Amino acid sequence: MKSNKITDHLILMVGALFMLIPIWLIFASSTHNPNTIVSEGLQWLPGDNMVAIYDEAWNKSLGFSDAVTAKSMIINSMIMGLGFAFGKIVISMMAAFALVYFRLPYATAWFWLIFVTLLLPLEVRIIPSYEVVAGLGLLNSYTGLILPLIASATATFFFRQFFKTIPDELLEAAQLDNAGPFRFLIDILLPLSKTMIAAIFIIMFVVGWNQYLWPIMMTTDESYNTIVMGIKQVLNNINETSLPRYDYAFAMVILAMLPPILVVVLFQRWFVKGLVESEK
Amino acid sequence: MERRQQFFHSPLPYVFLAPQILIIAVFFVYPAAKAVYLSFMLEDPWGTSSLFVWFENYQILFESAEYLSSIGFTLMFAVVVSFLSLGLALLLAVKADNIIHGQGTYKVTLTWVYAVAPAIAGVIGGFLFNPHIGIFTELFAMIGWEFSFQTDPVDATVALVIVSVWKQVSVNFIYFLAGLQSISYAVKEAATLDCISDSKRFWTITFPLLAPTGFFLLVINLTYSFFETFGVIDTMTNGGPGGGTTSLVYKVYRDGFVGADLGGSSAQSVVLLLLVLTLTFIQFRVVEKRVHY
Repeated sequence: MKSNKITDHLILMVGALFMLIPIWLIFASSTHNPNTIVSEGLQWLPGDNMVAIYDEAWNKSLGFSDAVTAKSMIINSMIMGLGFAFGKIVISMMAAFALVYFRLPYATAWFWLIFVTLLLPLEVRIIPSYEVVAGLGLLNSYTGLILPLIASATATFFFRQFFKTIPDELLEAAQLDNAGPFRFLIDILLPLSKTMIAAIFIIMFVVGWNQYLWPIMMTTDESYNTIVMGIKQVLNNINETSLPRYDYAFAMVILAMLPPILVVVLFQRWFVKGLVESEK
Repeated sequence: MERRQQFFHSPLPYVFLAPQILIIAVFFVYPAAKAVYLSFMLEDPWGTSSLFVWFENYQILFESAEYLSSIGFTLMFAVVVSFLSLGLALLLAVKADNIIHGQGTYKVTLTWVYAVAPAIAGVIGGFLFNPHIGIFTELFAMIGWEFSFQTDPVDATVALVIVSVWKQVSVNFIYFLAGLQSISYAVKEAATLDCISDSKRFWTITFPLLAPTGFFLLVINLTYSFFETFGVIDTMTNGGPGGGTTSLVYKVYRDGFVGADLGGSSAQSVVLLLLVLTLTFIQFRVVEKRVHY
């Protein structure tokens, strides 16, 4: 029994190292002079260039035509992540509210229409989607980046399931007190849904931040680059120069991962709850 | 259960539904319908003239050796990635469920990779497998394997699989651990009394109880390998070398967006649509069973 526990820990440690080592190598290497990387490869121990390189990545533009820095791309990613999460939650809650609390003609039809989004990921409608967004003049805009993505069957069903667990008596009581639908939604449902909202917000923020294909298609203007898509440009730049600025690229990679990782680690409990419950 | 109590205001629910429905109509249903329509048309690249050609686009597609090899690669890749990431995650989840001390630490260290974008995972992979600066080339050289993911399609596939699995293990781990922890203590205790052997107990009690979670995750993992690995492929191999790692999704993007072959790309989109339909159908059959379990 005792030796079993030790094997368990060993296996878990190997697993944890498998997860950690890639990131550690990139981080440690980012703090070295690029010459060291070119001649000696990735580094296991941190160097002494940390402050300088992160300062450079944050403030200076390298390989972009405009003044695109980690800072400007992270701001775009923030807008994308927050807009994505906020938008999904608002329109999903509203739709779920309509589906659960109103006697709606053709409710099943609406339900299926929302369900259909699950069947239509971007890849099955890639060119026409681009044309629609272009036709509406939304290329290179935050609206174009966010709005087309915020319809969400999973979030709607998530709230629909949750609303169904709220006892009828609450609505009866609210109606006795002459509360209308808006009142009921804002004063009763919203406070009751707080943890649900927090959980799904965390998931959606990470998913929004990590969008890749959609921003590539929607933006030609580099000032709208998110950091996840901007990485590709940094990579192209590295492959073209004789002395590749690996340190700069590594720092960009670390900066691109940091915000979503922090969110997931700091809000671990809500994150796990949101993930497990939303897929039910 | 039908809700007894409801509001009656008639136009109001439509106001609440409208934003969601409008976005779905404009950005989902219309483009998808257009893709189906375009898949039956032959259009010149400037869109000045088009011709209804029935299934010609599909015929060309399935006669193209490139497309067939892309199907082969995608299926093989999806199956390998799904099974490896499910197996690894299950092993780790079972071990994490066993231990008492330090479970929280392992949970965090094994789950945070969820937050890494596939595209970023691909960039990191590209560095680790890089023949000049990476660590894997040396590692493989020690066992006599001349590893070169930039020139050899098999090596490129191996590299993509490792990175894609690395990225996916955490999600599976979370679900498996949640599944394991929902098995009641009484069941576990009874099993321990009846059966001394750890591995036998796992295969006869725990594994069957986890099967519904496993089936559900299988669909999630297949979907991930088909669709979300686009970011990994685009940053690591660009579908190369020699088109050897071009997945179906990567090909749709390449042919339609970069190559501007509307009819052909739309036909590929429709094939993908059928794939999603199948996966969703399977998923819902399984979820239904899960509920009744």
